[in-house]
Amino acid sequence: MPEAKTMILNMGPQHPATHGVLRVILELDGETVVKASPVIGYLHTGIEKNMEAKTYTQALTMTDRMDYLAPMSNNLVYAGAIEKLMQVEIPPRAEYVRVIMTELTRIASHLVWLGTHATDIGAMSMLLYCFREREKIIQMYEFVSGVRMMSSYFRVGGLAKDIPDGFDKRVKEILDTFPGRINEYEGLLTENKIWRNRTENVGVISAEDAVNAGLSGPNLRASGVAWDIRKSNPYSYYDKFEFDIATNDKGDVYGRYLVRLEEMRQSLRIIDQAIDGIPEGPYITEDRKIAPPPKERVLKGMEELIHHFKLVVHGFQPPEGDVYFSIESPKGEIGCYIVSDGSKKPYRVHFRPPSFVNISALNRLVKGRMVADVIACIGSIDIVLGEIDR
Amino acid sequence: MIVESILIILKVVVIFAALMTGVAYSTYFERKVVAFIQHRIGPNMTGPFGLLQPIADAIKLLFKETFIPNMSDRFLFTIAPMISFVAACMTLAVIPVGDWLNIGGQRIQLIISDLNVGILYILAVTSLGIYGIILAGWSSNSKYSLLGGLRSSAQMISYEVSIGLGIVGVLMLSQTFSISEIVRQQSGSIFNWYFFKQPVAFFIYFISALAETNRNPFDLPEAESELVAGYHTEYAGMRFSIFFMGEYANMITVSAIASSLFFGGWNGPFLPPVIWFVIKVIMFMFIFIWIRGTLPRFRYDQLMRFGWLILFPLGILNILITALILVL
Repeated sequence: MPEAKTMILNMGPQHPATHGVLRVILELDGETVVKASPVIGYLHTGIEKNMEAKTYTQALTMTDRMDYLAPMSNNLVYAGAIEKLMQVEIPPRAEYVRVIMTELTRIASHLVWLGTHATDIGAMSMLLYCFREREKIIQMYEFVSGVRMMSSYFRVGGLAKDIPDGFDKRVKEILDTFPGRINEYEGLLTENKIWRNRTENVGVISAEDAVNAGLSGPNLRASGVAWDIRKSNPYSYYDKFEFDIATNDKGDVYGRYLVRLEEMRQSLRIIDQAIDGIPEGPYITEDRKIAPPPKERVLKGMEELIHHFKLVVHGFQPPEGDVYFSIESPKGEIGCYIVSDGSKKPYRVHFRPPSFVNISALNRLVKGRMVADVIACIGSIDIVLGEIDR
Repeated sequence: MIVESILIILKVVVIFAALMTGVAYSTYFERKVVAFIQHRIGPNMTGPFGLLQPIADAIKLLFKETFIPNMSDRFLFTIAPMISFVAACMTLAVIPVGDWLNIGGQRIQLIISDLNVGILYILAVTSLGIYGIILAGWSSNSKYSLLGGLRSSAQMISYEVSIGLGIVGVLMLSQTFSISEIVRQQSGSIFNWYFFKQPVAFFIYFISALAETNRNPFDLPEAESELVAGYHTEYAGMRFSIFFMGEYANMITVSAIASSLFFGGWNGPFLPPVIWFVIKVIMFMFIFIWIRGTLPRFRYDQLMRFGWLILFPLGILNILITALILVL
């Protein structure tokens, strides 16, 4: 029998700092990590399979539940894929609102990340501060869609309903308060000696390794690769707005922290440009084969009634074929691959979840580091288990 | 003789009861202060302003099942929390809460035992508390507990040294080991406080005390995000709460020592001495909680490096400089 030199420590799935139900099997030599293997599957919900049994519109509601911290981004990638397949023209009003809402989503997701990550490292008050701000964004979700988290606000062809009165006023309130709040977080953490000790040169991944591991989003940009789908393959109206890609060349936990903070500021910048430019007009496409007409017209017109009836009972039918569409979610590249057989239900839906790809790099990050660094690294990757297991 | 014995027993009972009340209400105090730091309300349902919360907590913990994990060392598992708790309480025996009192011709000193080597006694007894933590970590038969126990033993032993070095700074000026004597030397003016004569020693003592009591940013042994709950992961019910009470008793003791050695103990104008003493202790408790609400946590190796490569040399340097000034 070989001499036992290492200890196996089972971290999770009900460990407080594994962000849900991630399980990591750590092989430890003292407190030094020899190997870390993430084990997933504890939150498997069968979302992709379930979507095959629903019409395209019904299936959209399931996307909220994947990355439940960024529901709007998931809506957007799914709706965007179908729109690409069906070549739908989206009204500008909808595009503007989509940009604003997904950028708010990015801030909300980064706030949850910052709060939980800081709590993992011991700065427990950050969680409450970040959730205080996130609450404002969640209230915006409720304001536009009626639901706080599982909003399903984007629909194929546009939005579920028009933005309510006072939308721009509330967004401007957020724009006024948030920059100061982000500075407050920076004041607590950025130059904090203990914070820097815990995060600098921890979990370093080089640009080459990051690309090879398939990292995307802030994790990749923190390694110095300025790759952002909003810039490289602009979707929606992102090419109309000015913003910078936040990068850092360190590739460590601290770099990822700085990148995300800067991204929040850039998101605010995008919203600031978009909020005054929301044009008047329809909020969803006028193509009646995709979106039902407004309710009051349904009750009066024959044509509209037929369209409404067909769409509610049968849904729309994209042409046969397959499509891949990806956007920059707060966590990285989220992609949606849809195979259509021409019926009202998707033949197959597959997502490329950024968290799933990013967590696979965990072993590279933590090898040779201490147990405490594993926590810092898991936190800095920013995973959501709902998205990993789907 | 009999009167004296009764007096001593009375003092023990009163101080112990005060300590236990202090422990119970420092949990309340901590929850309230941290809640305000974090824009929350904190406990407010049980009794007025939630003041009965500690009692509700105690009742809940008393009625919980005391679970002993399979394959653990039952005897050590049971006595470990007691060691920790008793050691934390014993320290308070040599800390004066006030000066002499005259009641009915009887002169009473407000201290359980005015040991002439009080400080040595404190250093000795606080070291005993570590045994509770090591034994708890070892006997639980859990990897998280074991790592927690290892961490805390290393941490507490290292910081014990710095605590000692911090205190030596005061001892060199006071020329006595008796705490009541040290407090008496600081009477008169606020500038007689040893904090103003030995500021470096105070900061060394205070930082080490944070580490010694396993408080943030040195709360590695119970780093909940890493080791679940460290050495007391497997504990539940009353055994757990005894550890918990031990930790808070430790905080109170450490605050009491800090106020006695550096901030003039019971000395202060207008108010009775005991009140001054309590005010100073509460002030330190507040700082403990404030730090907890603000700072992130050190990593194990950084903590050891900080202890041995910064605090320890600084302590020695402080002693050398003090000695030089005393000689010249």
